[in-house]
Amino acid sequence: MDFYFLMIFIFVIAALLGFELITKVPPTLHTPLMSGSNAISGITIVGAIMAAKADQTVLAQIIAFLAVSLAMINVIGGYMVTDRMLGSFKKKGKK
Amino acid sequence: MEYLYLLATLLFVFGIKRLTSIRTCSQGNRLSELGMLVAIIAALLISDSINWTVIIAGVVFGGGVGLFLAKRTPTTQMPELVAALNGFGGVASALVAIGSVLTDDNLSKDGASIFDSGIVPAIATPIAIMIGMVTLTGSFIAYGKLSGKKLTHPFSGGARHVSHAVLGLGAIAVSVWMVTTQSSGQLITAMILLSSLSAVLGVFLVMPIGGADMPVVVSLLNSYSGVAGAFAGFVIGSPLLIVVGAMVGAAGLILTQIMCKAMNRSLSNVLLGGMGGDEAVAEDARDYKSIKQAGPEEIAMVLDGAASVVFVPGYGLAVAQAQHVVRELADLLIARDVQVRFAIHPVAGRMPGHMNVLLAESDVPYDLLWEMERINGDFKNTDVAIIVGANDVVNPAAREPTGPIAGMPILDVDHAATVVVIKRSLSPGYAGIKNPLFDNDNTLMVFSDAKEALEGMVREVKDL
Repeated sequence: MDFYFLMIFIFVIAALLGFELITKVPPTLHTPLMSGSNAISGITIVGAIMAAKADQTVLAQIIAFLAVSLAMINVIGGYMVTDRMLGSFKKKGKK
Repeated sequence: MEYLYLLATLLFVFGIKRLTSIRTCSQGNRLSELGMLVAIIAALLISDSINWTVIIAGVVFGGGVGLFLAKRTPTTQMPELVAALNGFGGVASALVAIGSVLTDDNLSKDGASIFDSGIVPAIATPIAIMIGMVTLTGSFIAYGKLSGKKLTHPFSGGARHVSHAVLGLGAIAVSVWMVTTQSSGQLITAMILLSSLSAVLGVFLVMPIGGADMPVVVSLLNSYSGVAGAFAGFVIGSPLLIVVGAMVGAAGLILTQIMCKAMNRSLSNVLLGGMGGDEAVAEDARDYKSIKQAGPEEIAMVLDGAASVVFVPGYGLAVAQAQHVVRELADLLIARDVQVRFAIHPVAGRMPGHMNVLLAESDVPYDLLWEMERINGDFKNTDVAIIVGANDVVNPAAREPTGPIAGMPILDVDHAATVVVIKRSLSPGYAGIKNPLFDNDNTLMVFSDAKEALEGMVREVKDL
């Protein structure tokens, strides 16, 4: 089987999985869920690491640096904000 | 080692699943954080050639900025922050696609086009760049609108649609050029041109959308950044990016739909703009006839005779940071054997669930928060409804067959015996329309900052 066919195949299945994962969400969790999935979309950091290869032109290195930095802002910022939001629920649960 | 990617993906799947229930949400986020850590370690282990200087510099710089933003942003500005973070993620995907082209040995010299490597990268590369750039600039326009800036589209009416069509078609034309050119110089020029056109398109697409609809836009752009990640995955041939990006993209789309449904509007209706957009005509105090004003003392007297009180929080509560004092007032009333509840409209605030997050921060018990469907029938048995900085979500104009917010489900606060509205002025809400509720005979207006007004009421109630 063609490599690209397999990739399109998993793309479609993953999209369907995404649709099915989110069915019933209490309104309370809409914002944390949005923020949490936003952090996950920072997965592109993996692509940025792959793109930061050794022995490249200066332009390619600058692009790679920007990609890693921006993806990292998304990952760290996204997870910490989500934690902050969820932290306020947790505190309440213990009471 | 590649199996670490599978492990990361599974952690994300269970993480998202657990984020959808109150009991497991914290654990869900932990799983997803762990997944990200596994994915990053795996990438570092698997990549055959690593530029450590670039990666360490990027991780330290990006991580520091992210840490700073997440620590320093007040709760009220979280919607803006999520919008901005999302923009960064989107553009990172565009840069991954661009970087992948630049580091491709075949493409760095003349004589080969992207198309020669196959139809999939030929389609995925321009799409990743386009969606990534649209996500970047669209998110920053959303950021601006959420922080209350008035941003207007340079074109209006038919010219607006023409401008979008020209930009869109231009981007497609440049994409075709980009993937077919065999000159490495032209390839770089085409990528710069495509990025610029897409950036302008992102600005133009979000500009006409009303401030009230920004939560939906942020959610949609959140879905876009997932899709951009998936297409970047096609470009670099990473199943991890494809699966996780597609999953986040689809989940974001569903969340967007849930939010539209809460406002009883269709996505296309939102995206075509209008509500609270630059065309809405703001009305002012002159449009009201019989406004009854009151101060904290009078409200305390009304509260003295009340057996049941419902608070209706809105964005004004967030702006004034009044979540702690509203809880203080609620506690005082509960101590006086008053039944106290909070009515939460699904789109109150600037994001769905914004009010829940805010009230949770001040430890308002979860069982006092009632969702719209559950409490609406109960307003007729309510003595006092106190609206704290909300407007459009209690506007009875939504029951009219026409108008900008026609059909939007609202909280039926006007059924309560007395309605107290704490609001700084008679200025319209995000939808930019008049609220006939303020003119009702049983409505008392307290013109003040939410925090000051509630502090005043707390003092007066203590003195009763």
